[in-house]
Amino acid sequence: MIKFTGVCKAFPKGGLALKDISFHIAKGEFVFLTGHSGAGKSTVLKLIYAEEAATSGEVRVSGFNLAELRRRDVPLLRRRLGIVFQDFRLLEDRTAEENVAFALEVTGARRATIPARVMRVLTQVGLAAKAKAYPRELSGGEQQRVAIARALVNEPTVLLADEPTGNLDERATRGVFQLLRDINASGTAVVMATHDLDLVRQAPYRVIELQEGALVYDSAVDEPRDRAATP
Amino acid sequence: MNLTVREALLAFRRAPLLSALSVTTIAFSLFAVGLFGLVAVNLQQALAGVAERVEIVAYLLPGTPIEAVTLAAKDIEAFPEVRSATYVSEDSALARARAELVEFRDVLQELERNPLPASIEVRLKPGFRDAEHVRAVAERLRGFGFVDDVRFGQDWVRKLDRLRQIAAAVGLVVGTAFAVVAVIIIGTTIRMAVLQRSREIAIMRLVGATDGFIRRPFLLQGAIKGTLGGLVAVGLSYAAYLLINRWLIQAAFFTREQALAIVGFGALIGLCGSAASVGRHLRRV
Repeated sequence: MIKFTGVCKAFPKGGLALKDISFHIAKGEFVFLTGHSGAGKSTVLKLIYAEEAATSGEVRVSGFNLAELRRRDVPLLRRRLGIVFQDFRLLEDRTAEENVAFALEVTGARRATIPARVMRVLTQVGLAAKAKAYPRELSGGEQQRVAIARALVNEPTVLLADEPTGNLDERATRGVFQLLRDINASGTAVVMATHDLDLVRQAPYRVIELQEGALVYDSAVDEPRDRAATP
Repeated sequence: MNLTVREALLAFRRAPLLSALSVTTIAFSLFAVGLFGLVAVNLQQALAGVAERVEIVAYLLPGTPIEAVTLAAKDIEAFPEVRSATYVSEDSALARARAELVEFRDVLQELERNPLPASIEVRLKPGFRDAEHVRAVAERLRGFGFVDDVRFGQDWVRKLDRLRQIAAAVGLVVGTAFAVVAVIIIGTTIRMAVLQRSREIAIMRLVGATDGFIRRPFLLQGAIKGTLGGLVAVGLSYAAYLLINRWLIQAAFFTREQALAIVGFGALIGLCGSAASVGRHLRRV
């Protein structure tokens, strides 16, 4: 599904962002990507959705070898992924349902099928009643649900979430996390970057920890360690 | 409605102020081009009016039979350069001299014998009223046996040629400068529109939109803005033309084709400017 083999990423000015990272995420897995800010979590996600290219090593995602991926094929890769960010990244001048429909429209989905598909995912994230609301009329948690609905509407095999609860209060955080767990339970792999260790401890999922660009711990490979000791 | 059209129109509705600003900027840039165009069109017409007077006169030997002259005039009219060849008899030359040269009326009245020769007056078609063609036609007229002399105001035609060349060169240089400035200003305006929506473009890419999908509404929008700007520019030019006509001098306006060319130019700049701006933006991110 997602396979990193000896991946390094150097930025022209920023030195080495990732050092020799290798891991494999299987279909339907839920993986936490943890580490301090600047540890390289976002960079790993950006490599997965081909926003950045690896300097060396191999990245494979959903059958694509990203080193060989042509620029114009990047959209094809992204349609197989759902991506969610800390800052939601909704289009402010479109309603919740328009934001979700937009993700379908860009892929050239059949027009007639769009409203039903949009309603289905909005219902799935619990926002059917607010379909006509604009992002500014929604709480942070609700906006993140819209973003998740948008990520889900193309039925991705993997959902990438970069600090999805970073801007949310505790209650909204729990709600969004539960939603991600439900999504995972229905078969979609979820890769969630977070530094919220309370959240990580709540669930028995795989943890990949990064420190200054290096992979220092992978619960699928390494000895289980005392959860309390995780930084 | 087509998605591209819908997205392009949505952009107008969402950013009406910026859209209006773009259209206004394009309109005024093209208005400057249009004003210069008006000057060029009128200058060209004035020059054409002067060139209208280019004439070649072949004076005939006395006693040339009228039949021969009529035949020759037919031949001359068949020259590709010639619009008309008119026979002027000795008598009508004198009558014309009497009418035109009023101050010499007495002298002309007292003449015992008509001193004026008969002639063929040759006028050329619009494209041939320059020194080179005039001389070529004059040369051929000399070939007729009964032609005594051929006159065509060589210096004058040459000066007219020079004037035309200068007008064309100035027109080309200044016109190009105006057009380049318009392109730069319009390009900047469109770039602003693209930058204003860079967040939206980033989101579109994240959800898997192809570059073509992102680009198309911008291209359409640019073309619409350019067309609107062009229409406003033609309107402004027309207003300027009315004012000039009323208060300054009798002037000419663009032909329908020229007006359409201004609008088309606007649409083209809008389209190309958008293509360049979006293309650059997409390559960078």
